[in-house]
Formats: sequence, C-alpha cells, structure tokens
Amino acid sequence: MDHAIRAEGLRKRYGDNQAVDGVDLLVPAGTILGVLGPNGAGKTTTVRMLATLLPPDDGHAVVAGHDVTKDPKAVRAKIGLTGQYAAVDQRLTGRENLYLIGVLHRLGRRAAKARADGMIERFGLAEAADRLSRTYSGGMRRRLDLAASLLADPAVLFLDEPTTGLDPASRNDLWAMIRSEVAGGLTVLLTTQYLEEADQLADRVAVIDKGHVIADGTPDELKRKVGEERLDVTVAHAADAPAVAAALARATTVSPTVTPDGRTVSMTVPGGMLGIPTAMAALGEARVEIVDLAVRRPTLDDVFLALTGGARAMERSAA
Amino acid sequence: MTTVLEDWRALVWRHLLHLRRMPDKLVSATVLPMVFVVLFGVLFGSAISIPNGDYREFIMAGIFTQVMITAVPNTAIGTLEDLGNGLVDRFRSLPMTPSAVLVGRTVGDTALRAVTCVAMTAVGLLIGWRIDSGVGAALAGFGILLLFGFTMAWVGALLGMKVRSPEAAASMPSVLLMPLMFLSSAYIPLGGLPGWLRAIAEWNPISAVAGALRELWGNPAAAGDSFAARNPVPMALLWLALILAVVVPAAVRNYRTAATR
Repeated sequence: MDHAIRAEGLRKRYGDNQAVDGVDLLVPAGTILGVLGPNGAGKTTTVRMLATLLPPDDGHAVVAGHDVTKDPKAVRAKIGLTGQYAAVDQRLTGRENLYLIGVLHRLGRRAAKARADGMIERFGLAEAADRLSRTYSGGMRRRLDLAASLLADPAVLFLDEPTTGLDPASRNDLWAMIRSEVAGGLTVLLTTQYLEEADQLADRVAVIDKGHVIADGTPDELKRKVGEERLDVTVAHAADAPAVAAALARATTVSPTVTPDGRTVSMTVPGGMLGIPTAMAALGEARVEIVDLAVRRPTLDDVFLALTGGARAMERSAA
Repeated sequence: MTTVLEDWRALVWRHLLHLRRMPDKLVSATVLPMVFVVLFGVLFGSAISIPNGDYREFIMAGIFTQVMITAVPNTAIGTLEDLGNGLVDRFRSLPMTPSAVLVGRTVGDTALRAVTCVAMTAVGLLIGWRIDSGVGAALAGFGILLLFGFTMAWVGALLGMKVRSPEAAASMPSVLLMPLMFLSSAYIPLGGLPGWLRAIAEWNPISAVAGALRELWGNPAAAGDSFAARNPVPMALLWLALILAVVVPAAVRNYRTAATR
C-alpha cells in the first residue's frame, strides 16, 4: 500500500532540549494517524518538520511523494496545515481569507474566488462569510481554518491539536468534517492530548513521549494494554491511601497506583464492570473514610502510566 | 515571475484591506506629522534663520524625512506581530514566495506613509511652504520621499525580525536611527559644524535624501562643497539602492528562518 507519510529517524534539538529524538512514522494513504502525547512530547515539532516549516537535524521524511528537505515546495503544494491556533486573518472576512489562500495556492484569481465560495457553503459559513473573522466564535474560526487547509484539495492534512479550546458541540462538528474528508481519500496526521479524540478518529495511534514513539497500534490495541474500566478511589486522609491500595490489591490481584497528591488510588478493574462488587467489598473491609469513588474510561494519563510502567506520572494535572 | 508578482499583489491587497479597517491607524499616521509641520514650520521657523533663505522653506524636507524615520518602529512592531501570529505558519506551509509577506507589509506601510505625506503637504502649504519648481520635479521629489519611506519600511521589517519583543521593536529603531537623523542636514544647514563632523553629515544618507527633496522642490539647500552635498539626487538614489540591496535579502533570509524557532 502507498504511504502518504513516511518518516524515518527524525530528530530536532533546541539548545539542550532534544525535542524529537528519532521518530519513525508510517501513514498509509487515506487513513488517519493519531499522534498522542502530553505537552512537550515533540508532537508539534514533528508536525512542523513534516509540514516543511522546520528543517530536521537528522533523518528524512517523504510526504505526499516528495522529500520534505529536498523538495519542500512540492510538498507544500500537496499539504494542508491546521495548527493549534486558528490561523486566520482576523481583519479579513471569511471569504477574503479563503480567497487569499486560493491565490497563494496559485489557483488564479477567478478559480480562487469560486473555490472560496464553494468552501463557504461546504463548511456552513454562508451567513458569516462577509463578516470579519475577528467576530467569529471559536468553532466558526476553526471551521474557517479547516476550510483554508482543505481549499486546494491537499493529499495530506496535518491537524495539530485541532480541538483545543472548542466546546463539545463544535468538537463533534469538527470530527464529523474530518471523517467525511477522509472518506474522500484524504490522509490525516492528527496530534492530540486526548485518547478519546484519537479513539474517535484515528485508524492507528502512535504514542509519543520525550521525542520517542513509545507505542503504536490501533486504538483498541492501546486500550487493551491499559484495561477498559478504571476505578478511582479518593480517600479523606492521604495516610489511608496505602491501606486502600493494599486491600484492593489483595482482593483483585491488580496492583493499583496512587496519584502524586497521595489521595487517589487508581486501578483497572479486572473483568470490567463485573469486577466492581469485589472491589467494593474490599473497600468496605478497609474501613477508611472515602470521599469519592468513580468508575471511568481510560485517559491518556492511564495509557502513559501503563506504557511507562507507572514509573512516571504525567505533569499534566487536568485529566 | 508572474506567480511571484501574483503573490506580492495578494499580500499587498491584504495589507491595504487592513489599513482600510483600522481608521485609528490612519489618524495616528497623520495627526502627529501634521503637528510636527506646524511646530517646526511656524514655531522654530519664527526663531531660526538660515543664511540662504527661510527656515520654514528649509525645514519641510527635514520633517518629511524625519516622519519616514519615526514610522520605522511601526513596521518593526507589525512585522513582529505577523511572525507571532499562527497565520505565518500557514503562509509558510503554502507554495508561495517567501518574500510576499514582507512585500505586503512594506508596500502597505509605504501606502500609509503616502497618506501621511498628503496630510503634511496640505498643512505645509497652509502655513506658507511652497514648491518652487515644476510639476515633474515636485513629483520626482515625492517619489524619492516614498522610496525612502519604502527603504525605511524594509529596515523596520528587518529590525522587527531581529528583536524578540514588541518593546525592543518599538525602541530599537529609534536608538539606531535618531543619532543618524540629528547628524544630518535634515534640521540644520551644516556650515557651522567642525570639518570632520561636517564631512560625516554631508555623506549621511539622510542628508542626501533631505538635500534631494530641497533640490527637486526648489527649497533652500543646506549648502556644502563636497560631491555629496552638490549632487544630492544621485547620492540619494545611490544610497537607497545600496540600503535596499543589503536589507531586502537579509530580511527575506530572516523571514525564512524566523519562524523555525
């Protein structure tokens, strides 16, 4: 099968910081690769190298059939890029923004105008098309941004944390748009901090940490590594946490982890929901004051804890 | 080449739209320069006299030159803002000419300076300044003035990419350019300066521009015996061509790498 993106041994260093340290990626045409990782893992740097914005220190990459360092212009003609911040000109209207991108893609003025009008319709921006994009909501600005990225029919689309700062409804809209584009043959590389987003969109996921790909597979394979359901038990006094962890370990043969604040004991539940009563019974016997109890789906934190052997808790506090 | 021109045209179009949508910028680009014309022309003009004519006639070229220099920080800040905006990543991921963003910014800012010149000319004529030459020479004068403004816009664009903070972008150009400004014939005739200082001032590019404007507008000249002082128009064109030849490629090179932080 044809690979729309093929990266081998990409490296980039900023001063003392080895931001990307030998990343290999392989994305078959017409699929979505989710690149999952915390802030500072090297996701954005990787995307910037693949999108020709940043020359790699080492390694090479072929995107849409062209080498990013040897023939960046040919790559640029075939890619779209949507970064973390909506890259629209706030002092231009939506229509003017798209027209400008069309002209700069060398479509010619008349074709750029027609294409801009088409994208306005397709992305549901007709009513706002002639207003300055400064007045747009976050969701509309994102849609305009995506329309700009897709205007020249790219073969490969880079989405760098595309739903950061979006409300759930706008996020779902954006996901639906991305899915329909991929159905039309587009290849997407999506970076995200959210397992759920990768789960919803990606065919395959590469987990990246400290500039390395530490795991890759389908979302289901990754989740199986972590276990399906998670149980979080928050105790009133941090001193009770080890007792709770021990009680749960005895009852379920899974060793729980304690969060950095020392008050929440977290574990996968063997047997899914059916394992909950066993865990509850163990908690009852531990006789400690419990302030919160939650059963939830795995988050990126859990994937990380599992993949890094629980040795390192993520710095990200909001899970 | 036609695609390059098309990219330039598109980015200039973008900047002109910006200007139309920022009326406050038009106000700030015209009010203060008009105040300068009144201040220098009427107040200083009434107190200062020069050997070969009226100071009011003499100083107009100096104020025009000064206003082009004081606009440099605006271009520097604008360029810095352009780079800090996510939009530059988009531009850099397009198959467009890298120079287009800077061409848009510098041509757009020069257009704004042309508006400034119109406002200043109107006030100058009101307070009694006159152009004592033909229409062709007068227009050639404004041509050189705008070419100087365009050159200074490129200097601003380069400085904007060299510094990393808006504060530095606002102050650095003045630190570099104001001494050059004072050590020129923009405000004063150079006859009273000691010999060595006078030589430096006469060969100063700003003196060349101010001198060229005075010659083309038929205003009193700063006088001087050096080749530079006697041939201000060719000297001005030579200087501006030289500065552009250095600054434009440097700015474009900086733009290519500036966003790769």
